[in-house]
Amino acid sequence: MIDLENISFDHCIKCTVCTIYCPVARVTHHFPGPKQCGPDTERLRIKNPELLDDSLRYCTNCKRCEIACPSNVKIADIIQSSKWKYFKKKFRIRDYFLSHTDLIGNTAVKYSGIMNFFTALSPVKFFLDQVLLIPSKRIFPKYARGTFRKWFKKFARKKQSAFGTHVVYFHGCFVNYNEHGLGKDLVSVMNAMNIGVTIPRERCCGVPLIANGYIEKARKNARFNINALRKTIEDPGTRIVTTSSSCAFALKYEYANLLEMDNSSIFNNLNYITRYIYDQFQAGNVPPMKPVTIRAAYHSPCHLERMGGVIYTIDVLRRVPGLDLQILHSECCGIAGTYGFKKEYYDVSQKVGSALFKRIEKARPDFVITDCETCKWQIEMSTPYKVLHPVSILARAFEK
Amino acid sequence: MKRIDTEAIVIGGGATGCGILRDLALRGIKAVLIEKNDIASGTTGRNHGLLHSGARYAVNDLESAQECIAENRILKKIARHCIEDTGGLFVTLPDDDPGYHRKLMEHCKYAGIPCEELSVGKALKIEPNLNPNALSALRVPDGTIDPFRLAAANILDAQEHGAKVHTHTFVTAIIQEGGTATGVHCHDTRTREDFEIFGRIIINASGVWGQRICALAGIELRMFPSKGAMVIIDYRLNSVVVNRCRIPSDGDIIVPGDTVSLIGTTSKRIEYSQIEELNVDDGEIEVLLADGEKLIPNLSRTRVLRAYSGVRPLIDVSGDVDGRTISRGIVLIDHAARDGVEGLVTIAGGKLMTYRLMAQMAVDLACKKLDVSRKCSTHREPLPGSELTMLPSKHIKYFTGIPQSVVGSTLYRHGERVRQILSLSKHNYALICECEMVCEGEVEYAIRNLNVKDLVDLRRRTRIGMGPCQGELCSYRAAGLFTRLKVATSDESNGMLIDFLEERWKGMKPILWGDGLREAEFTYWIYQGLFGLGDVAMRGEEGDK
Repeated sequence: MIDLENISFDHCIKCTVCTIYCPVARVTHHFPGPKQCGPDTERLRIKNPELLDDSLRYCTNCKRCEIACPSNVKIADIIQSSKWKYFKKKFRIRDYFLSHTDLIGNTAVKYSGIMNFFTALSPVKFFLDQVLLIPSKRIFPKYARGTFRKWFKKFARKKQSAFGTHVVYFHGCFVNYNEHGLGKDLVSVMNAMNIGVTIPRERCCGVPLIANGYIEKARKNARFNINALRKTIEDPGTRIVTTSSSCAFALKYEYANLLEMDNSSIFNNLNYITRYIYDQFQAGNVPPMKPVTIRAAYHSPCHLERMGGVIYTIDVLRRVPGLDLQILHSECCGIAGTYGFKKEYYDVSQKVGSALFKRIEKARPDFVITDCETCKWQIEMSTPYKVLHPVSILARAFEK
Repeated sequence: MKRIDTEAIVIGGGATGCGILRDLALRGIKAVLIEKNDIASGTTGRNHGLLHSGARYAVNDLESAQECIAENRILKKIARHCIEDTGGLFVTLPDDDPGYHRKLMEHCKYAGIPCEELSVGKALKIEPNLNPNALSALRVPDGTIDPFRLAAANILDAQEHGAKVHTHTFVTAIIQEGGTATGVHCHDTRTREDFEIFGRIIINASGVWGQRICALAGIELRMFPSKGAMVIIDYRLNSVVVNRCRIPSDGDIIVPGDTVSLIGTTSKRIEYSQIEELNVDDGEIEVLLADGEKLIPNLSRTRVLRAYSGVRPLIDVSGDVDGRTISRGIVLIDHAARDGVEGLVTIAGGKLMTYRLMAQMAVDLACKKLDVSRKCSTHREPLPGSELTMLPSKHIKYFTGIPQSVVGSTLYRHGERVRQILSLSKHNYALICECEMVCEGEVEYAIRNLNVKDLVDLRRRTRIGMGPCQGELCSYRAAGLFTRLKVATSDESNGMLIDFLEERWKGMKPILWGDGLREAEFTYWIYQGLFGLGDVAMRGEEGDK
């Protein structure tokens, strides 16, 4: 049985360029590549769902295949939806923990000291490895004390009413639970540009839920986010920004294409942050900057590439005086959100990233810059370099 | 000259000829089959693969309907791996006579065809892409059948019971001694060898080409060929057979066949001289797509893969040259009685559905002449591959390590024989055809066991090159395998590759627009631009230039 509304697989002409660009197919023969797992076998699955291959699980959903495709086939979407349409849903406590980031985050920030201490202990790591199948080699991101929202309410919210223009900031789980610094930087950057920040209510954007097959939960979150964000843009000029390229990608594209939700009411108002800053710069809103004297290598995350957002990040960074920026050849870092946290994919994940790690080593930077939080974890774990967000670079330049 | 002695000679490797060979072999009669091209390359391989329940004929042709339902039940037992028991719907659309629905139900009852009335809502649940404006629906036990697989399985069984097969071999003369046909003179087009086969009976099962065979024996038999065109859609639009509930006409059946769907068919009388030039014209395609769209409205948004046509071998038995009394039923002619030529029998007419029955009738007559008393058992004995009901899930476990799509597809095509095809060596399950999941092991099995002489033959046994790319990626890999398995030289492989691409091209030409056109251009670029296939000089060609 087939729903004829979604037949992009039919436009594949087998040029195989997607497989050439697939970072996973390059490192493991267990994944026959996007063409095979997407359009080719979709025809077979329509005939008989039993013809589903386990190899589909190796897809990281990086969407590089979709960028490469000259025929506009939604290859990664086909693979993702096949995963949850046809695989029998097995409950796995690990996948539940990894995907329910806001639920876990809310608890973790209360006991963050203990959490961070324990997850770094080797017996705990051994237990996680053996029982939960989370590889012991993987270093966990640290949890912060309290949430970003609490900080914002306490220290920043009042000041925001002083500004005439406002952006709506979708901060995402990472900023809320792990890296308050990035959220604070965002606020200071916006304020330096004479723009106030408001934060609406939000739930996890759904990227890890989608990856782990919690589709109904993802839809629920999507509905919540769409409604919450829609209310903030009743004044039509209001822009919604995110500092996570994957959150932006989910809100804009995964909601509509994969979850089949109507996000048209927020679609045009929503951007990844560097696009917004780029527009502001273009309009002449460029506050004075001081030189930063940093040699940095820039890594472009897959999901930002898929949105066509990389040029804005680069353009914004190029305006920072003293930033010696080296753009790395576009490679996937391999972590792919929760993928790199799973024992069965850990080696593949590291192999995928190895080309990028080598390039970073070669560039000998002071820092690496990237837009995506999970890329940051992967690079910090696999290379000796610290990773900064473009907004944090700007915050340094704007500091008085 | 080489001489082969046997008991029975079968001319024609269509479903009927293959069925006859098997029936003869199962009754212990030594037999040889001659086919001028490949097994199932004529009319047998050029239909829409519909396993009729008989309902389509119930109103107009009760006898055919009864034959169909009886054979339908038999085939579901003996040819499991060639059949998908999808079920079928007869749908009345707003343009159709609403009375036909009731009439069809009544006639199905006479013919003994189970026929159940469904609400339109229920029909839409079974087939969500159906035209939602349908007025009423009936459910019948239609299904789908793969004619290539069916013919090949009959041959395989016959060969395993001692029969011999010569494909790509023409009959050039019927040898007669004193009014008795005693043998045939043949020419093998591949080895260019001439040889003779002698036997006590010759069964002419060459379908529409039967007129020529009879002419070789000095007998006049008039065929009235009728051309039927079909269109193939890239993937399965429907999961059950969808028929239009009206008096049979053009473009009123959509059949889900393996990984594709087919729209059938037109009907056009053609001159006998045109039976080899089977082109599909724009008008036929237009009719098929327009009428198909009425049944499944989304059809217009899908990609058409190719178009092809076949010739129905309608036969004139009355000597009426106007052809008014032409029957679509089975015609069995004992030329001893009709024309005074002993040792020659012609079986013609009929349908793919009734091939087994036709074989049985012909062999019964042959047995009478040969004084063999063994009864027919083809309605009981399962074909090779169909011995057991195969559950894909069980086999997927059995072959853990091989991708499920490969195991499932191989199992689907070869039934129980999958155990002789797949093995856990990586070479074995390496993919040759990515659209239809044909692996190296399957190609090797087909070349070694299924009378495959070239790439086109291989396609009929394995579905290689029958997916959306129409041979773009698989054909050169498969051509290479012929050389590696040492069944062809590299020159011969090149020749096969060119022939194969030409054959694919022929069916694509009439439908080249949209993504089909883009893909054809891409294929052209690969083969002409990248491989320089147009510049490959074949052996012997050099001197001609």
